[in-house]
Amino acid sequence: MPRSNFLTENIPQETAGPWLWLGTVLAMLGVFCLCVMIVVAALPAFFSHSHSPFEWVWQPNQGHFGILPMCVGTLLLSFSSLALGFPWALAIAVWHLTEEASAFAHAKTAVGALIRFLTTIPTVVLSFAAVFLLTPFLRLHIGGTGFCLLGASLMVSLLILPTMILVLESGLKGKLEALCPYGLALGFSRYDLLRYCVLPQSVRTLTQAAVLGFGRALGDTLLPLMLAGNAPHVPTRVNESMRTLSAHMALVTANEVGGSAYNSLFAAGLFLLGTSVVVTLILRRLARTDTSPERP
Amino acid sequence: MSQLFRKTLILASMAVLAMVQSPRADSLDDFKNLSGKLDIAGGTAHIPVMKAAAQDIMRANPKIRITVAAGGSGVGVQKVGEGLVQIGNTGRALKEKEIAKYGLVSFPFAIDGVAVAVNPDNPVTSLTKAQIKDVFAGKVTNWRELGGHDAPISLYVREDGSGTRETFETRALDKASSTDKANVVNSNGAMKTAIAKDANAIGYVGIGHLDASIRGVAIDGQKPTQEGAASGAYPVTRLLYMNTKGQPQGLTKAFIEYIFSEKGKVLISKAGYIPYAKK
Repeated sequence: MPRSNFLTENIPQETAGPWLWLGTVLAMLGVFCLCVMIVVAALPAFFSHSHSPFEWVWQPNQGHFGILPMCVGTLLLSFSSLALGFPWALAIAVWHLTEEASAFAHAKTAVGALIRFLTTIPTVVLSFAAVFLLTPFLRLHIGGTGFCLLGASLMVSLLILPTMILVLESGLKGKLEALCPYGLALGFSRYDLLRYCVLPQSVRTLTQAAVLGFGRALGDTLLPLMLAGNAPHVPTRVNESMRTLSAHMALVTANEVGGSAYNSLFAAGLFLLGTSVVVTLILRRLARTDTSPERP
Repeated sequence: MSQLFRKTLILASMAVLAMVQSPRADSLDDFKNLSGKLDIAGGTAHIPVMKAAAQDIMRANPKIRITVAAGGSGVGVQKVGEGLVQIGNTGRALKEKEIAKYGLVSFPFAIDGVAVAVNPDNPVTSLTKAQIKDVFAGKVTNWRELGGHDAPISLYVREDGSGTRETFETRALDKASSTDKANVVNSNGAMKTAIAKDANAIGYVGIGHLDASIRGVAIDGQKPTQEGAASGAYPVTRLLYMNTKGQPQGLTKAFIEYIFSEKGKVLISKAGYIPYAKK
């Protein structure tokens, strides 16, 4: 190994292995401890028969600590945001890679800059703007109070949009560029190549984007807290108020320390963690089985 | 931590600015031989009083540092119980569980009224207690039934554990809970914004937070005013408490005595509350 850098100069070769090993073990141990802690802290809530978190009523002063409406709310919001945001993200990413975008270079640059700018906007700013612009608009046009599932899910889809676009674009670009010399020579447009060759081969990239988007949608707290209305019940229409687990945790921790309400939060945390793991595993499995052999 | 630092910085700069015109009050003499740091956290309603008192004291004696942080009643109990702050504020009486767990002592120092509030464009200016109960139970859902426009009622309530919600539900709803279809907001400020922006809204805020952007509604003919709350004529009121772990000593004791002094009473009135005599 003639190549020398500060690492090999300062640390003898034989110690680099143990250091890496130690770092890996520490990181794994941290994740493991976090999971164990959440599970252990959630156990009392699971085995408490008087104050079970698994019911449909949240009325702490009447002894009901059900978090099921919030579980449903969280799933409704994350899946609807993903359903709204994903096609949009895919469309923007594909457009960004085609000749049409290159033809309007200014628009392409502007959209790229806007997407990158979107990632830097704090959610509190997004929420605040939506409270003053989107909420009154929804109140006027779809009824209800304006604080509702639709409003929150529109803003969350906007939040997860840049993440998904960036993942999609970087994933699709390499394959597209590799095909371009031959594909363009055969008379395909870049859009044709993407549509018929690259996308069917990129299920893994699509999945990766969806998983990252879903994860952000699942965990985001401030947007649902400020926009969804936080009523602890299951919404039956998109203009109804609803509460996510993350917003629920924020609302309860502000005022409660200890007690059944507080303990039920660990069950809520476990549910969030579990949902995230399950959805990731399912999507990855789909990606594996769906990567079909190359089509002609 | 950085928030705490920022608050300290703001307080300190205010103290410096105010030094120019500082007539020394006699009750501040108690702080002359004291020094050190006093941390206060908890109920948001208390903050204007705590900050004003802290400014007076730090102006009189620069060797004393006082920080005031928000967080809500629950945070107040937890922080003072775990010894992270010397005074934890609550907008409700301590639960027996909390007193037993941490050994806390309570000092009620002010009366705060909670007002039912509507959008200023709403023609409804007075409601009976029975009507308020029906509205918050979700039984009455249109303003027409209350003598207003034909429009659906937008219901706003505070989060569980909020002192304002507890006062409202105990005194105005006779311990009934509000419907779970109501929107939940997490501060007096958010409540004001929601009501001011929604013509069909009804909710509740501390009387001290009433201003031109929202309108207080009379309950059984009693208008929500500080005077009504003090005399007991207005029914929806609560006490504001300072809590310490064990009997207060030194700087903490002096601070609490200052809140109960004549100067303290002026600060309480300025913040929109009514001073409550020490028992």
